[in-house]
Amino acid sequence: MTEKDLPALSIADLQSLLRRREVSAREVVDALRARIEAVDGELGAYLSLDMDAAAREAEKANVDLPLGGIPLAIKDIINVMGQPCTCGSKILHGYRATYDATVIQKLRAAGAIPFGKTNLDEFAMGSSTENSAIRLTRNPWDLTRVPGGSSGGSAVAVAADTAIGALGSDTGGSIRQPAALSGVVGFKPTYGRVSRFGLVAFASSLDQIGPLTKTVRDSALIMNVIAGHDPQDSTSLNEPVPDYAASLGNELRGLRLGLPKEYMIEGIDPQVKAAINAAVKQMNSAGADIIDVSLPHTDYAVAVYYILATAEASANLARFDGVRYGYRAENPKDVLDLYGRTREEGFGPEVKRRIILGTYVLSSGYYDAYYLRAQKVRELIRQDFANAFEKVDALISPTSPVPAFKLGEHTGDPLQMYLADVFTIAANLAGICGISVPCGFAEVDGDRLPIGLQLLGKPLDEARILQIAHAYEQSTDWHKARPPIASSTHKA
Amino acid sequence: MAGTSKLDVGYVARLARINLTEEEANAFQKQLDEVLKYVEKLRRADVSRVESAAHALPIFNVFREDAASEWFTAEQALSNAPRKADDLFIVPKVVE
Repeated sequence: MTEKDLPALSIADLQSLLRRREVSAREVVDALRARIEAVDGELGAYLSLDMDAAAREAEKANVDLPLGGIPLAIKDIINVMGQPCTCGSKILHGYRATYDATVIQKLRAAGAIPFGKTNLDEFAMGSSTENSAIRLTRNPWDLTRVPGGSSGGSAVAVAADTAIGALGSDTGGSIRQPAALSGVVGFKPTYGRVSRFGLVAFASSLDQIGPLTKTVRDSALIMNVIAGHDPQDSTSLNEPVPDYAASLGNELRGLRLGLPKEYMIEGIDPQVKAAINAAVKQMNSAGADIIDVSLPHTDYAVAVYYILATAEASANLARFDGVRYGYRAENPKDVLDLYGRTREEGFGPEVKRRIILGTYVLSSGYYDAYYLRAQKVRELIRQDFANAFEKVDALISPTSPVPAFKLGEHTGDPLQMYLADVFTIAANLAGICGISVPCGFAEVDGDRLPIGLQLLGKPLDEARILQIAHAYEQSTDWHKARPPIASSTHKA
Repeated sequence: MAGTSKLDVGYVARLARINLTEEEANAFQKQLDEVLKYVEKLRRADVSRVESAAHALPIFNVFREDAASEWFTAEQALSNAPRKADDLFIVPKVVE
């Protein structure tokens, strides 16, 4: 093991090396720095880095803590004290966080080292990371393709070995979909399982923070640290946190896995379909029962989401007015001019579109027709899942209907982009947990593009979803495959 | 649903305090008309027997002790202000 091999390690493997004193946390930080300098210019996963501070923290790391000496990348929508928090937007230009989000406080207390902030769609609004106002992030499996989004920077950093692990946020699939398209594990906890205090709010009834990692075990290790009640987040659940990593095993016998018939839609890429079918077959032969289930209101999920998420966003983003932080338009003639031009110049097109749609669906005369009706359909979707989970322990589907698409392919057509989230969105509406794990590759124009398998579980059933995902993962080699950019630069 | 009424992007953008160029307003009008057409499908859902759900969890009325605790100093709160003076944010004159 040489220093340049360190960035490719999982959290669990790195942890044992650190604890056996075979490497030091400082060596890991130095190796990551070199790796980032070598490849991130091309990939664009990071928006800001503080490797000097990370090196100082590494010097005094206590490697016996749960995540002692492990450097983690953080989606740039989570506040890390003293570091920028751009949200991928011009409107937060120059802002530096004056406090640590609860998840960052918990990571630090567990010995982890948050060292860099990763790119995202502006305010987490998007499915390709192309809505970042700051830079483009490329898929390490094919540099002409998107990494998925909105947590695209975190997914790419983990996939390309420029991070050991990362945090993202998931409002409609923003952890799971980029994990699938970039070939890593992405976990969305139950709504309320992880505190959002210090996460810049997009849609407060849907947002949830979670890990992106190289293995399911690594997600469990991060969940052990970040899950739990926080008085600073009134939606955070006051429920005990199990040891997610300790309960991982390889047993699938007797588990009941549901296949929602409504998810077998037209428009699923045939190679994605084949990979999911193969995974289902494999889990079946390992002893899991496969059961057909129905989620009858599935077809409404994307429509419900784009009413509720935009409505909530229009309220949450009202705080960006050029008064207290971030960008301010020059020489405003009065306060309305200050607001109007600050928001015109500071927000990108997708954010403006969503604020306008959200303002409209909440406006007098339309509230009942759009917002209230969407809330009710949301309840029907939640009931669909509750009914399904009476029959099965977990649901299986593709994470995304298609592998990574080309940069620019959907940017002119917001509705097409929204439909990319068709399998992930309902989990946020229902508040349940879900994971994406690598389950194969699609061959497209000579490139290998990762495919993700999604497992959904009932509220607070994280431990079981992680167990199933881990058991599946350990029976395959998909998670061990590295993108071309990883191996080529690695050997150089 | 509001099939007969039409989103007026210029008007709603003013409500949302976002100035738009004419080009942007036209593009958004077309794109958002398509999105609104797509969400029309919610009309077909039978919601006659459901309560609306503000979020997915049965959490209500979360209280805490009404006690003072340490928080930002004025200096911290103002550390990102575009313009400030004397522990205050500076904004354009609001009242003539």
